[in-house]
Amino acid sequence: MAKNQDGYLSAKESRRISKENRRITDQYEKRRKRRNVPESEYTTQMKDPANAVEFDNLHTYFFTDTGVVKSVDGVSFEVPIGKTVGVVGESGCGKSVTSLSLMQLLQRPQGQIVEGAIRLNLGNDKAYDIAKTPADKMQGLRGNYISMIFQEPMTSLNPVFRIGAQIDEVIALHEGEGKTKEDIKKRTIEMLEMVGIANSEGVYAMYPHELSGGMRQRVMIAMALACNPKIIIADEPTTALDVTIQAQILDLLRSLKDRINSSIMLITHDLGVIAEMADYVVVMYAGRVVEKGTVEEIFAHPSHPYTIGLMASKPVVGKKVDRLYSIPGKVPNPVDMPNYCYFKDRCELQLPCCSGEYPCEISLSPTHKVSCYRYYEENRKAGE
Amino acid sequence: MRNYIIKRVAQSVLILFCVMFIIYALIRSLPSSFAETMAMQLAQAPGAKPYEEWLAQLNASYGLDLDIVPGFFTWLSKAVVGNFGDSWKWNVPATQKFTEVIGLSVIMGGISFVLSLVIAVPLGVLAATKQYSRADYVITSVALVGISLPTFFFATLLKLFFSVKLGWFDLYGLVGRDYAQLDSMGQFLDKANHLVLPIVTLVIVSIGGYMRYTRTNMLEVLNADYIRTARAKGLSERTVIYKHAFRNTLIPLVTIIGGSLPGLFSGALITETLFSIPGIGYISYQSMVAGDIPFTMFYLSFMAVLTLASNLLTDILYGVVDPRVRIS
Repeated sequence: MAKNQDGYLSAKESRRISKENRRITDQYEKRRKRRNVPESEYTTQMKDPANAVEFDNLHTYFFTDTGVVKSVDGVSFEVPIGKTVGVVGESGCGKSVTSLSLMQLLQRPQGQIVEGAIRLNLGNDKAYDIAKTPADKMQGLRGNYISMIFQEPMTSLNPVFRIGAQIDEVIALHEGEGKTKEDIKKRTIEMLEMVGIANSEGVYAMYPHELSGGMRQRVMIAMALACNPKIIIADEPTTALDVTIQAQILDLLRSLKDRINSSIMLITHDLGVIAEMADYVVVMYAGRVVEKGTVEEIFAHPSHPYTIGLMASKPVVGKKVDRLYSIPGKVPNPVDMPNYCYFKDRCELQLPCCSGEYPCEISLSPTHKVSCYRYYEENRKAGE
Repeated sequence: MRNYIIKRVAQSVLILFCVMFIIYALIRSLPSSFAETMAMQLAQAPGAKPYEEWLAQLNASYGLDLDIVPGFFTWLSKAVVGNFGDSWKWNVPATQKFTEVIGLSVIMGGISFVLSLVIAVPLGVLAATKQYSRADYVITSVALVGISLPTFFFATLLKLFFSVKLGWFDLYGLVGRDYAQLDSMGQFLDKANHLVLPIVTLVIVSIGGYMRYTRTNMLEVLNADYIRTARAKGLSERTVIYKHAFRNTLIPLVTIIGGSLPGLFSGALITETLFSIPGIGYISYQSMVAGDIPFTMFYLSFMAVLTLASNLLTDILYGVVDPRVRIS
């Protein structure tokens, strides 16, 4: 791309890139800032009304000063109603960006959805395309219809407001009509009890710094679930917590999900968590979905070499090894992606045809899909 | 909390004692002494006593014959009961001279302090929320100009444009030529008119710092995780910025605002001198040059008390804006 041989960027080149970026992002920002966007522009039809969310060929790019980072580059998957979909992949593979795209919480103006659609099922045959939904409509959906549990409970609560006030705020915002302050407080206390906080009245009046990490994560969950959202995005909800609390938080999420019958999009790089929680698994690598299927399919028959590598690199109880397996090499530079399969350089199972263009999606079963040359018709015969 | 304040006040008294002693020692060590200057003048009169005799006599009458340590305690023993002595230069009690001139400086400082905050904080917030936009570039450039321009240069520019070229204001002084003939409303307006340029100068030079400070802090807060949480709740951008982010920006702002409170009473030496406004900055400067120990000691002790008090106030205000540092 726009780099010298030694990897440095000249000042002139850098200026050119940021000028170009400014031009592109200004266009997107201008389109977003329009007033009174007609509803027809962002209403759409779900492909399958049993899905809560459909990501369709989503492209989310970041226009940085060193070049365009294609964080999410053609991601398609579905989150069915009432199911949990686990999204796995290593750091920086676009899991969080996918979920932030759904929330429209990308760091703007650098981060933009440039192509594709995110269809959100609003029930009654109505659906919005999040990629085109204007900000004011989005504010009504966030926290109410879709909510998100963030990965850092320690810093995700505002340090200067009381816990109670922070949860009250979201209830008052979306369901506050006709409710008195006492009603809202009652609901907040109820939520705090639901997430297993014993001293709910006391915690209501506390500040975030007075709570432990596990407690704060519970508060975050209470806040996310306060308005009975249809879709809960849990972005590594247990990463910052110790193992005993992790189990409690996961149990909590599962029981709450069943109670309000919502869908969960669970983002993690902990395969154990996925195996326990998810119904479907989406494996992402370098901004693309490399494999997706039900949890049995992925764990029992991992097909993409990357998934096979991931499975091989997790420790197994009762099996003694000197060194855990790790996938060799590293993720390609996001500014400068190769034009062949992104995993080829690290792949131990490559075929001669892997130097061709990025492989398309192959269905192994109605639910199990993989993007790899090894599963092309002609190669499968040769391999067997 | 009460114990904490008592402890802090006790510490402040100790610090105050040390500060006063250091100030006294410094003034006494100055090469120019009020008594020496006066003796020199008196000795030049025809048929007067020689300089040495005058000096010895004056030193004795002003209490300058004592060494620094006994001299300090003599001053302190009177000062603690509120007797700060008569100003040598102004020939009135030091406290009287102080009360005469302090009002003007406080009014001037107060107005410019409030104005600069009212202008700088919203602009800083605006620059942060629209980072790298045209508005941001304009605001940060103005801030930089404000920080970089020295007071005397800027004041002179203002005088050139508004007094010399446009003739809207007088060049210097607090009152106009026909002040005595005006009625009370006219006198008030006359004074206000003369204070416009000094206040503008003070505002412009202090606005830049506050603006940059607000912008930096706001930017930091806007990137915090809890702001993303607030957005994820579905709050409007307005609520996110002015409720969730602004409360957090206040924490560092309180520090510098608290720190600038003594500045209200210290006056603005350069600005007051440039515009010949008889405020405390101008008067204290003249007293110090003349070696007027009672007035200078009173003024500097007063400033020390104020500084300590505003530090304490800042620490208490921290607790108000930031629950994490509240002392239980």
